[in-house]
Amino acid sequence: MNIQRALARGILPLVAAFGLVSVAAPAAAWEPTKPVEFIIPAGTGGGADQMARLIQGIVAKHNLMKQALIPVNKSGGAGAEGFLEVKAAKGDPHKIIITLSNLFTTPMATGVPFNWKDLTPVAMLSLDNFVLWVNAEDPYKSAKEFLDAVKKGGPNTFKMGGTGAKQEDQILTVAIEKAAGVKFTYIPFKGGGAVATQLVGKHINATVNNPIEAVAQWRAGKLRALCVFDDERMPYKTKVTDTQSWYDVPTCKEAGVSTEYVMLRGIFMPAGVSPDVVSFYVDLFNKVRATPEWKKFMEEGAFNQTYLTGKPYADWVGKAEALHYDLMKEAGFLAKP
Amino acid sequence: MEEINALFHGFSVALTPFNLLLMFIGVTLGVLIGVLPGLGGANGIAILLPLTFTMPPTSAVIMLSCIYWGALFGGAITSILFNIPGEPWSVATTFDGYPMAQQGKAGEALTTAFTSSFVGAFFAIVMITFLAPLVAKFALQFGPPEFFAVFFLTFCSFIGMGKEPPFKILVAMMLGFALAAVGIDTVTGQLRLIFGWHELMRGFDFLIAVIGLFGIGEILLSMEEGLSFSGRTAKINTRIVIETWKKLPKYWMTSLRSCIIGCWMGITPGGATPASFMSYGIAKRMSPDGAKFGTGMAEGVIAPETAAHAAGTAALLPMLSLGIPGSPTAAVLLGGLLIWGLQPGPLLFVEQKDFVWGLIASMYLGNIAGLIIVLTCVPLFAAILRVPFSIIAPVIVVICAIGAYTVHNAMLDIWLMLLFGVMGYAFKKLSYPLAPLVLALVLGDQAEGAFRQAMLMSQGDMRIFFSNWLVGSIMGLGLLMLVWPVMGKLMTQLRKSAA
Repeated sequence: MNIQRALARGILPLVAAFGLVSVAAPAAAWEPTKPVEFIIPAGTGGGADQMARLIQGIVAKHNLMKQALIPVNKSGGAGAEGFLEVKAAKGDPHKIIITLSNLFTTPMATGVPFNWKDLTPVAMLSLDNFVLWVNAEDPYKSAKEFLDAVKKGGPNTFKMGGTGAKQEDQILTVAIEKAAGVKFTYIPFKGGGAVATQLVGKHINATVNNPIEAVAQWRAGKLRALCVFDDERMPYKTKVTDTQSWYDVPTCKEAGVSTEYVMLRGIFMPAGVSPDVVSFYVDLFNKVRATPEWKKFMEEGAFNQTYLTGKPYADWVGKAEALHYDLMKEAGFLAKP
Repeated sequence: MEEINALFHGFSVALTPFNLLLMFIGVTLGVLIGVLPGLGGANGIAILLPLTFTMPPTSAVIMLSCIYWGALFGGAITSILFNIPGEPWSVATTFDGYPMAQQGKAGEALTTAFTSSFVGAFFAIVMITFLAPLVAKFALQFGPPEFFAVFFLTFCSFIGMGKEPPFKILVAMMLGFALAAVGIDTVTGQLRLIFGWHELMRGFDFLIAVIGLFGIGEILLSMEEGLSFSGRTAKINTRIVIETWKKLPKYWMTSLRSCIIGCWMGITPGGATPASFMSYGIAKRMSPDGAKFGTGMAEGVIAPETAAHAAGTAALLPMLSLGIPGSPTAAVLLGGLLIWGLQPGPLLFVEQKDFVWGLIASMYLGNIAGLIIVLTCVPLFAAILRVPFSIIAPVIVVICAIGAYTVHNAMLDIWLMLLFGVMGYAFKKLSYPLAPLVLALVLGDQAEGAFRQAMLMSQGDMRIFFSNWLVGSIMGLGLLMLVWPVMGKLMTQLRKSAA
């Protein structure tokens, strides 16, 4: 199947025997021999889609790979379609997938048979933050003020909008409810942009949008950022609005709500691929991360730029899975067997 | 007059030779994308997006938006010639466009469609130029109850308008709703109606159903009728464009009404597909020739095409000024804006004047370029019908299969397409209407989502649909549309009994 690799392996000892190792050594590294399919388990225009298409653009512009990288959206069944395809493509080195939290939530909520252990972890690209937003015309200046009002209003009076059902936004909503002893009416919408607009139009009271989904409305003074659900503040100190930078948004813990949640933006590939295939892609994403386009994108979306590969990455994913299991179980979101 | 100055500045940005070249390339690519069913404007732009990362943002968006115009134009071609809508919003164009082609008036139908598209788009662009900030605010009024009201109005303006008995229309529509419900339930996050078969979890895509029901179904019918195209006698000469143009001005009322419906649906954002259906339904009600709709009336082509194009263009406004995409294609363009480092939203018009006005100017120029390109090709397209059926039919089947496969890159979809083809054939033989099924399949999902979101908001209280003047008046209009045929019948009965 993989002629180039087979040839390289066959020729290498021969070459070594003739003492020409130094010339031939670079040829030993694996490289794609045909276009690489880049699966996006989400629809066009969303956060994962934007990131994948940016990566495709960077790879093409800086000529980081000889073969093309082709994004394909497989969003059916809350992303299960994409994951099942990668699971079925065991041993295929020309397929990679970008993930969001639906890597955990979709199989847990729907019972579709796959698990991240069916895939090979390649690299964590970043973690996406979640921010508690309210309409700027509302009187709440801090997370505490807002949650006190929610408590005072009684259960189900305040409406929390989010993307999808039983996915990251709703899980985080349940976590807030537990931590603050309140109850929202959760209303699922199709995409983050729509959620932000619904908040501007005052059809809902709050959202937990990712920074990139709400930044435009924040800059225009339509929304107010109350707190970020990470253990430390977002590091970007350039002013985004007239008065605030991302760094000026307090953590929810500082604001008295001890809820933390970040979303994985990582790369996986099918199981049963050899280590030099994985290291090729790790190397590729190292190069992508070094480009100015990537750095700009990270700053605009106020991403948490944690980068992990290999075992630390797999360990992180394992922990995140356990965390999601607990959260989903408590919320009663697990699929009935 | 500030807008006029800004617009002329925009023209100076857009009118460089490089940008003009991109415009023509974009429109041509777009027409090709629109012609191939399944590829679609959104997919086409997604595929070509990375190519534009190396260009300056203004040039990039000019090229991509021209692909978008091209796809809007191109969708009409296969609808009229082969009864295969290349895009969802072209479905309503088949109702009268295809009968026209069968009567040998393919050139006339195409010219009417292209000209109407242009009129619709132009109207929307003028609106964007002068009313952008005002209109953008209006879009914010739309929450879940308002969205549902819009879908409700679309369904109501469609029901009871066919030649078929209302019961058959209802059956077809309910079947469409059932098919739309398959897959993931967006409100509970559960899979439903897939019977343990995971291949089904992506649901029944509208495009696959349409390619099968219309395209394959039509080929099966033609085979039965002795392997010939009824449109062979099509006149092919270049004067057809001028001749058709002479006839069009008398339909100015339909045109204007469709423009307004289109703009409104594009902004809200209901999108181009409901706009085209609603506009067709209302034109049928209002036109003195309403009863003859579906047999090849020019008005039946004007109404959906004008509205679809007006909506498609107007959909860019909420994207630029609010950051919400009014159509799937606009969603991909939105992703592009972010990658080029532009932030769509209320400040875009203030901070990126060159970009915004360059884009608006390119809308004017791109549409004119598009109209010229497609009109010069009318005789060429019409000539396709002269190719013997035995040659063109296999080509159509292959293109349909490729289109169905492209939607999700899944082999199952090709089998589903064939299944829908048989279903389309059976529907026609038993004279059940296809349009209500398609309408329900396209909008069922969104209508259900909006309804359930509204129910969550009101804790199950139906009065939310009459809770403010906006949602109340749209719902009221919908109910009026629903009882209109019954009222009409009652009135004639009363008159008869009085006489």
